[in-house]
Amino acid sequence: MTTGDNELMIEFLLGHINYWLFVVLMMTGLYIVIVRGNYVKKIVGLNIFQTAVFMFYISIGKITGGTAPIFPTDSQGRIRPDPDIVYSNPLPHVLILTAIVVGIATTALGLALIVRIREEYNTIEEDDVLEIETKLAEQENRIHGFGPGGGA
Amino acid sequence: MAGGTEAVAHQALEMTDHLPVLQVLIPFIAAPLAVFLGVRSLAWPIACAGAIASLVCSVVLMLATLDGSFISYHLGGWAPPYGIEYRVDAANAFVLLLISATAVVVMPFTKASVDAEIPKKDHTLFYACFMLCITGLLGVVVTGDAFNVFVFLEISSLSAYVLVSQGSHRDRRALTVAYDYLLMGTIGATFFVIGIGFLYMATGTLNMADIADRIAGQGDNRTIQAAFAFILVGMGLKVAIYPLHLWLPGAYNYAPSAVTVLLAATATKAAIYVVLRFTFSVFQPEFTFDTNVLYWIIIPFALLAMFAASLIAVFQTNFKRMLAYSSIAQIGYMLLGIGFFNLSGLTATMVHLFNHSITKAALFMAVGALVLRSGSTFYDRIRGMGKSMPLTSAVVVIGGLSLIGIPGTAGFVSKWMLVQAAFELGWWWMALLIVASSLLAVIYVWRVLEVLYLGDTAEGAQHKEAPMMMAGPMWVAALACIWFGFDTSLTLEASRVAANGLLSGNAGMAPVPTTAAGGGH
Repeated sequence: MTTGDNELMIEFLLGHINYWLFVVLMMTGLYIVIVRGNYVKKIVGLNIFQTAVFMFYISIGKITGGTAPIFPTDSQGRIRPDPDIVYSNPLPHVLILTAIVVGIATTALGLALIVRIREEYNTIEEDDVLEIETKLAEQENRIHGFGPGGGA
Repeated sequence: MAGGTEAVAHQALEMTDHLPVLQVLIPFIAAPLAVFLGVRSLAWPIACAGAIASLVCSVVLMLATLDGSFISYHLGGWAPPYGIEYRVDAANAFVLLLISATAVVVMPFTKASVDAEIPKKDHTLFYACFMLCITGLLGVVVTGDAFNVFVFLEISSLSAYVLVSQGSHRDRRALTVAYDYLLMGTIGATFFVIGIGFLYMATGTLNMADIADRIAGQGDNRTIQAAFAFILVGMGLKVAIYPLHLWLPGAYNYAPSAVTVLLAATATKAAIYVVLRFTFSVFQPEFTFDTNVLYWIIIPFALLAMFAASLIAVFQTNFKRMLAYSSIAQIGYMLLGIGFFNLSGLTATMVHLFNHSITKAALFMAVGALVLRSGSTFYDRIRGMGKSMPLTSAVVVIGGLSLIGIPGTAGFVSKWMLVQAAFELGWWWMALLIVASSLLAVIYVWRVLEVLYLGDTAEGAQHKEAPMMMAGPMWVAALACIWFGFDTSLTLEASRVAANGLLSGNAGMAPVPTTAAGGGH
């Protein structure tokens, strides 16, 4: 590899730094949701996963040298738009406000369900819950005959 | 209404012009109204009134768009692409009609079943969630703004998770299936948002028609292809395309009967509509893809669903769970129609969307009645109920025949269209596969009928016919199954117009009124 290639490579990596971070965070979150057995930890993973998407949206709204999208005003407080100023795109940021609200609602509902699961099963570990449910299913199969299809 | 001053040009001047937004707003307002009034006896009448008003809206919209035209409604008077646009054409008017009609028909059933299955103190909140779920589904279908789809999708999904968890009063497993549904549903919705983000990166707009315009000019673009992949997988989770279906059997099985009816008849159908809309109106495969890609992505999964899910259904010992697997199999048929990518195939998808919805509504309502009388959905507990519940069991017969696709029922019409579409492509073997998977349906339907009519009577069940509140809606759905099996003028006609509109791709941006240019804050 020549130095030119190296520089191009580094430029490619640094130029897409927001996407790399997004991918790493997103995969971390998804991994936690899939692998962790604790219901609360799963919700935390889901939050990290969603936060990664928020960061993705916010970073694509950024424009190099761009400032907050507020028109400058003169001394009388009148708006004086200046075509020379570069603004960041505010729309993705606004969208993410909505997505954050949705995320909070999801988290709240998930945690509420965990409270109810704790009341009924006396555990918040997926393995323990599955054990209880397998026993229930075996009992049903004994009484009513076997039906395939698994737990979920 | 919004705006008000002379300077702001408002396209909608009369009450009827506001129908697209009223359609969504009425159930949306009914939900908090029921909660804030706080009178338990009023909750159901309010929900009922909301559902009926919303049905009226969708009937008018359907009649207005049946000629192939579309209605563009600008929310708050802000013209698209900057403002949010609600766009109604034949395709979504048809799905709107389906959702709101289902909501109205199942309302009496919901009352009877909720009284039996949910503790009294939760009734008001239950109906509020029920209306929110309907709001979300209607909103997903009516909107022409890509991000708005996500917001409504989450309104309907969040309330659906709550509704499913209400089954915990009968079986505590409803809680864990609701939790699983929440995890998978949220991952699906987040994938969908990532897809929208990629689309926004590539086009700089969120209005679907505008996105379509801009995609058409871009040709082969990796960002847009990634967007399509994320949106298809994300919605695939909500639709329950076969390998992504894991939330569905549990959620349908342990949810209260009324919730299962609502979810089975409308929720997956709205998600299928979103797949259709994005695949054909927004992405327009002829610009972004080789259509071969669509064949190879969608058709194998459709076939997998048709056979694997039907096979699992055959071996079930629980009526409700069997119907859940059969739903996954039927979703396979709808996907197959999309995968054919021709007019007949899409018509088959649209018409099957409708026909399967009424069929499953009838069957799940029958399950609800059986639960009320026998306390269980296992085959050995509902044995011989055909003698004591002749009306309910007859509904199971009609619904079952429609699932198989016997001529004279609604299910036949859609399967016939599907087979016809396969022949148009010259894929006779595909037609054979469709028939073969219907034969699996014969087996699982026969098992239920054998249990209901030929078994000796189960002990411990109340041997009494279902109450009128349940039998009435059930029979409306069952008669609709027969009616739409003979009179296909409404369903096929609407489906064909809808499919035509979808296949011709993007109708373009609605003309912006010139006077709106000066409209300010």
